[in-house]
Amino acid sequence: MRAYLIRRLWQGAVAVLGALLIVFVAQRLAGDPVALLLPMDASEEDFAAMREALGLDRPLPVQFLVFLRDAFTGDFGESYQWQAPAMPLLLERLPATLELALAGLAFALLLAVPLGVMSAVYRGRWVDRLAKVLALMGQAMPGFWVGLLLILFLAVRLQWLPAFGRDGPLHLVLPAVALGWYPVAAMTRTLRSSMLDILDSDYIRTGRVMGLPERTVIWRYALRNAAVPLATMIGVYFANMLGGAFVIEVVFAWPGVGRAVVDAVFARDFPVVQAGVVLSAVIFVVVNLLVDLSYGFIDPRIRHA
Amino acid sequence: MPERREARVPVVSCVVLGLVLLCAVAGPWFAPHEASEIALAESMTPPFWRSGGSLDYPLGTDMLGRDILSRIIAGARVSVTVAVYAIALSGGIGAALGISAGYFGGIVDAVISRLIDIQMSIPAIPLAMLFAAVLPPGEGMVITIIVLTYWTWYARIVRGEVLSLRERDFITVAKVAGVSSPMILIRHLTPNVLNSLLVLATLQFGSVIVFEAGLSFLGLGIQPPQVSWGGMLADGRNFIEVAWWLITMPGLAIMASCLASNLLGDWLRDTFDPKRRIT
Repeated sequence: MRAYLIRRLWQGAVAVLGALLIVFVAQRLAGDPVALLLPMDASEEDFAAMREALGLDRPLPVQFLVFLRDAFTGDFGESYQWQAPAMPLLLERLPATLELALAGLAFALLLAVPLGVMSAVYRGRWVDRLAKVLALMGQAMPGFWVGLLLILFLAVRLQWLPAFGRDGPLHLVLPAVALGWYPVAAMTRTLRSSMLDILDSDYIRTGRVMGLPERTVIWRYALRNAAVPLATMIGVYFANMLGGAFVIEVVFAWPGVGRAVVDAVFARDFPVVQAGVVLSAVIFVVVNLLVDLSYGFIDPRIRHA
Repeated sequence: MPERREARVPVVSCVVLGLVLLCAVAGPWFAPHEASEIALAESMTPPFWRSGGSLDYPLGTDMLGRDILSRIIAGARVSVTVAVYAIALSGGIGAALGISAGYFGGIVDAVISRLIDIQMSIPAIPLAMLFAAVLPPGEGMVITIIVLTYWTWYARIVRGEVLSLRERDFITVAKVAGVSSPMILIRHLTPNVLNSLLVLATLQFGSVIVFEAGLSFLGLGIQPPQVSWGGMLADGRNFIEVAWWLITMPGLAIMASCLASNLLGDWLRDTFDPKRRIT
């Protein structure tokens, strides 16, 4: 377990380092930052002075190390648009994004768990077919389009729910559905197939023979084991939702990290874009690490392996 | 466990994909209007089955009176162009790296596997933002971003397959017979992973269309005056209260193409790998 933990931590560190390297290289590709910072009529000496001040005259590996040092303290420079440090700007918006992603995950599970269980129990019946159709649709309908349709029908036509902004739990509903839409398909299929395996196993048969009510057998004993593969997927999907939130936030004018980064791309506000990419990579790595470590809690059989 | 019937050829999927390809190749020949033809007098015409609609503009018009159907046909061209280049490049690069990693092992495998890990630990959309901020927008940028995101799909799966193929007798025999490494890679390994590549490419088609639409919707992908489905949705979004067809029609085009390619991909996978047929 200890060796495994160390290996996973090391992998996570390599991944974050890789993300930082990509961000650094992209920054160099973006062109000369000095040209952006200085007025058009600046002299050659001004340029040289500015380069020296920013450390751009030093060799690239040294620049990368400086970049790393700053990155570890969360310093990605000042936003050109807001004249404020980039990372804190995004961290301020992180709760909104996490809230949205958690709500999206909750919606996905709320739909996927009953659907997955029912379609295994009633294999080949209408629930199973419905789940299959939903799964196919889920993968073919991009979340942002689902979002637009939700706005059209539930906000504009029926006026049941608000469409834009973040102002109370009702505002969370439509964006969460749009964001949680996509993983429902995969979650349902995963749960269905693990349920099918489990329902075939000896201990379930024993339970039935002992005369336990079918409801208890399915929801209490079968689901608990069948949920393990699903649980391992949740982290990946949660992390992906944080990325997917970038687009959904724009659709619903949700004041989160994603929208800030998209705005920054348009404004060529590079420090904010960089901070956003590194932030999402770090969250992604940490979430996946936590999921890996939690296997033991979810399924005690793995602890001894 | 009862076995499922032999899956039928997904005719509808093939027809839909054929239609999309036809629009991409020959769209300008049969589109009722020029995609960018502005007719302000006809602006916001609803689809033909609604009152006020006409068969001149079967799916209605947008705020500038441009024909939605013609624009969807024109958008197919962009989507397919992007998808074809992106699939060919990411498939080629991914497969080459995957085969090398699986066959050579050791340091080559370690480096490529680490690259895959790193790539996969950065969520695709934020990474796309990074490149969108750096590269000049347009088709080239979209293709680059997609290739950078998707090569791992191919590399991972191909690597896994080659790892098991490598141990098979026919490869050992080839090695003993003195066949050179490049020759083994090209003549003996590549044909054995072609099935998987074809399945992945088919599935990727739908995925790329959605990805490109997302980027273009954000305004970071295909730029006007070029027509893209995602861009049409972005335009239509501002008129969501008055013209529902602006955001439904292009979305349906995206959904239909993606659904068709997913169904076809699943069918191909089941056909190539009978073990998977039992679900």
